[in-house]
Amino acid sequence: MTDLKPKDFASSLDVRWCPGCGDYAVLKSLHKMLADTGAKLEDTLCVSGIGCSSRLPYYMATYGFHTIHGRAPAIASGAKLANPELDVWVFTGDGDGLSIGGNHLLHALRRNLDMQIVLFNNQIYGLTKGQYSPTSQKGVRTPSSPGGTVEMPLNPARFAIGAGSKFIARSIDTQAKVLGPILEAARAFDGTAFVEVLQNCVIFNDGVFDHLKDKKQGPDHTIVVEHGQPMVFGVNKDKGIRAKAGGFGLEVVSLDVGGSTEADLLVHDETNHALAVALAELGEKDGEPTVLGILFREPATEFGAASRVGLPEKPLSMNEKLTRLSATLRAAETWDVGEDAA
Amino acid sequence: MQNGLEHSTAMHELPVSQQPEVDYVRVRFAGDSGDGIQMTGTRLAESAARFGNDIATFPDFPADIRAPSGTIYGVSAYSLNIGHTEVDTFGDETDALVALNPAALRKYLEGVKQNGLLIIDMDAFTERSIAKAGFSGNPLEDGSLTSFRVLPLEITSNTEKALKETGLSAKDARRCKNMWTLGLVLWLFERSTADVEHWIEQKFHKKPEVAKANIMALQAGHLYGEVADLPPDVSRYRIQPAPLMEGEYRSINGNEGMAYGLYAGATLANLELFYGSYPITPASPLLHTVAKLKELGAISFQAEDEIAAICAAIGASYAGHLGVTGSSGPGIALKTEAIGLAIMTELPLVIVNVQRGGPSTGLPTKTEQSDLFQAIWGRNGDAPLPVIAPAHPGECFDMGVEAAKLATKHMTPLMVLTDGYIANASAPWKLPDFSDPAYEPFPVEQVKDPNGFLPYDHDPETMARPWAVPGTAELMHRIGGLEKQAGSGNISYDGENHQLMTQIRAQKLEAIAKSIPLQHVESGKTTGKLALLGWGSSWGPIRVAARRAELEGKSVSHIHLRHLWPLPPNLEELLSGFDRVIIPEMNNGQLATVLRSQMDVPVESVSCVKGRPFLVREIAKIIDDALGA
Ligand SMILES: Cc1ncc(C[n+]2csc(CCOP(=O)(O)OP(=O)(O)O)c2C)c(N)n1
Ligand code: SF4
Repeated sequence: MTDLKPKDFASSLDVRWCPGCGDYAVLKSLHKMLADTGAKLEDTLCVSGIGCSSRLPYYMATYGFHTIHGRAPAIASGAKLANPELDVWVFTGDGDGLSIGGNHLLHALRRNLDMQIVLFNNQIYGLTKGQYSPTSQKGVRTPSSPGGTVEMPLNPARFAIGAGSKFIARSIDTQAKVLGPILEAARAFDGTAFVEVLQNCVIFNDGVFDHLKDKKQGPDHTIVVEHGQPMVFGVNKDKGIRAKAGGFGLEVVSLDVGGSTEADLLVHDETNHALAVALAELGEKDGEPTVLGILFREPATEFGAASRVGLPEKPLSMNEKLTRLSATLRAAETWDVGEDAA
Repeated sequence: MQNGLEHSTAMHELPVSQQPEVDYVRVRFAGDSGDGIQMTGTRLAESAARFGNDIATFPDFPADIRAPSGTIYGVSAYSLNIGHTEVDTFGDETDALVALNPAALRKYLEGVKQNGLLIIDMDAFTERSIAKAGFSGNPLEDGSLTSFRVLPLEITSNTEKALKETGLSAKDARRCKNMWTLGLVLWLFERSTADVEHWIEQKFHKKPEVAKANIMALQAGHLYGEVADLPPDVSRYRIQPAPLMEGEYRSINGNEGMAYGLYAGATLANLELFYGSYPITPASPLLHTVAKLKELGAISFQAEDEIAAICAAIGASYAGHLGVTGSSGPGIALKTEAIGLAIMTELPLVIVNVQRGGPSTGLPTKTEQSDLFQAIWGRNGDAPLPVIAPAHPGECFDMGVEAAKLATKHMTPLMVLTDGYIANASAPWKLPDFSDPAYEPFPVEQVKDPNGFLPYDHDPETMARPWAVPGTAELMHRIGGLEKQAGSGNISYDGENHQLMTQIRAQKLEAIAKSIPLQHVESGKTTGKLALLGWGSSWGPIRVAARRAELEGKSVSHIHLRHLWPLPPNLEELLSGFDRVIIPEMNNGQLATVLRSQMDVPVESVSCVKGRPFLVREIAKIIDDALGA
């Protein structure tokens, strides 16, 4: 255990996000969680793509690699495969991860290499000054969609489930109480942990998540799920989620109306794939809460370990390698040209 | 060359081939894609090599996976030049063509020399297949083959007959007709069937009945040559062993050589090899070969696309391995942005481009060397990248080692250009002896000491920056694609600093120019009337043509570039010693353009972009036109 403090995880560079940007809060939660869990600076590697959120590695006192737009999962994969001892984090935005980098994100999640991917979803392109992103809500007016977007938004958690992700969590930037434990669980997960953070961009998309964050009304619009716990939510803890009677899917019920009781509600099972799909989609319609917490977690074969099967137990010395290479080269048919053959 | 290039190949020692059918013979097998042509050709090549001949091969297979049988575009062929002299090329004209169907005859008849030998499977010449091949009449009967020696044989039925006793179905028996043919051709070259039999036994050890049938077919073909009354003009070829340098040999193709060489290079650098790639013709076998080196510690990663492949390799290099990625033109185009990142972050990385023909998807199975501009200049910003290129398959191993050495010594990404011909062609290769000083290790020092560590502090001699690997205590630092402050490596958009950093990246290439070998003359004198300047796989035909012309007393020299960027520092001086410099290239004049931008020597360009290497006679014509026949 090191006794590093959260501030020890901060680099000496000035943080250059807009005042009020949600990214600050995520950075703070990260610093705190790493300190709390005894992470070592030298073993922590932060890889990012391009975008406001992707500046994060510069603000870490750990190893960091700010790469190119969308490709962070691929670079992180190479680093982790080369050195499985590293604690590898990927920081990406909704544009970086789901637009240009969608393919890499998909395959990283599918492979399940042990690393954490934190996607900052502000439903906008921040760095390039406010164009709509693949998660922008339909109809949103931006410089590139003056008449309002006509695209269907992508739901990152839903995407992650589709990709076969084995750890999917969602949080809000400023809710450290939810985000901190999620980051910690993500770090502990032996596989690719996908964490979506709903992040406020004060400049280009200010307030999109206000209804979820609002101290008073927020609890009516969000539910924090916990494995083994019934799905109760609401300002007065008077709402819940149950399986739709006589069909698939979920529905919101009021506990005091129509005789519904807590016993009718679903108990969160983070290993239930079908439930995770439904939870990820919840919140898209009026009256439904957006689900926060760990939506899905299921242990599965870790890619790095699986792909190391067949490698030598211990790294070979240079001599051993050359000897084995010599033998491999000679495993083909060889022949000698001697003096008399000439 | 420092890394042992001179040691690895015997070819420098051999006399020049002069007389077809005496010094060397070129035989071409052609048939339907399903006829096992590639295997037949490879076996003949292998046994010729084992006999001690020099060989050069040229596999030519259809781009379509399952082209309809009997069609011209479904024809698969394998050319082989067998010599007791240096052969270097796959040859201009075919001495003997084995055509297992009418389409094969039609496609390759044109390349057969006057009075050349045609071995034909008559059984395949049905009315339907003749029509399918586009002949108006049966070429065996309409007199159109009179300028050749035609040996029409009932190969299919002879094979069936030979395998009657085995109880194999007629269909399975017919599958062995390639072995029957190989047996006959082995007889033609006065070779025994023993090596091939041995190979068949090993290959089919789990299916003894298949092994038996193939061996019987092989022996039957051989016996047929012995006992059948072949026409008197069908004489056997007597090609003596070549006076190769003493040593242990195997045959190797360029892709194998490159993969093994990269592994050896990483090893000599005392690093682990990480190969990230995405399948593409003709580079895929690099991935296949590295994948088989797992028990030697090599990590291979089949990524979701070329971008991820190079990015993973960059990540691996950052984490302390030697990252390598390989692809072909279109895939290299995708990697471009990441190459820029590797240049900015000054990480060692080897990028192998097995070039193929044309822009976009172009000619996937055909060879060309037209990605030189892409390699040298194809990026945004001033983004210098060293480029090297082996000249033939036997050189790929050493070039793989050289790539690892330059990339790690100077902390830079580097591109190796091979091409479809080098990748697929095989040649006898003298196995490396790692105790040879040519393979002196060049272990890389990764920084451990935090004292005075600055991630962008450059060694004044090599211009390398220190390589500090994640996991090392007290050396934490951040890198990325944004411009960095010299020394600290922090982000800097300062104009003066960008000027300085641009210069530093350029100086890296200057440092490399100082550490590469001086340009030598491949053959001929160091001054004279004409220099033929080549790079990559045009080596063979240029070499043969130039050396033949020299024997005729012509003043012609062959200069061949392995280091294309930076150029060898003495190149301008060397070239200025010739009245004329002509560059035969399998592109539309790219090296010529590069040189015109770099030096004050007039160079002329001759281009060949026909999907195949230059023919010797095409180069000979260049020489004759320049010097007078
Ligand atoms: C190849 C390439 N294309 C485009 C860009 C421009 N670009 C930089 S960041 C970005 C979008 C970032 O949006 P997001 O990922 O949502 O991150 P945010 O800035 O909102 O945190 C774009 C389009 C680029 N840097 N590289
Ligand atoms: S533009 Fe938006 S996302 Fe970017 S730093 Fe400013 S507030 Fe944050």
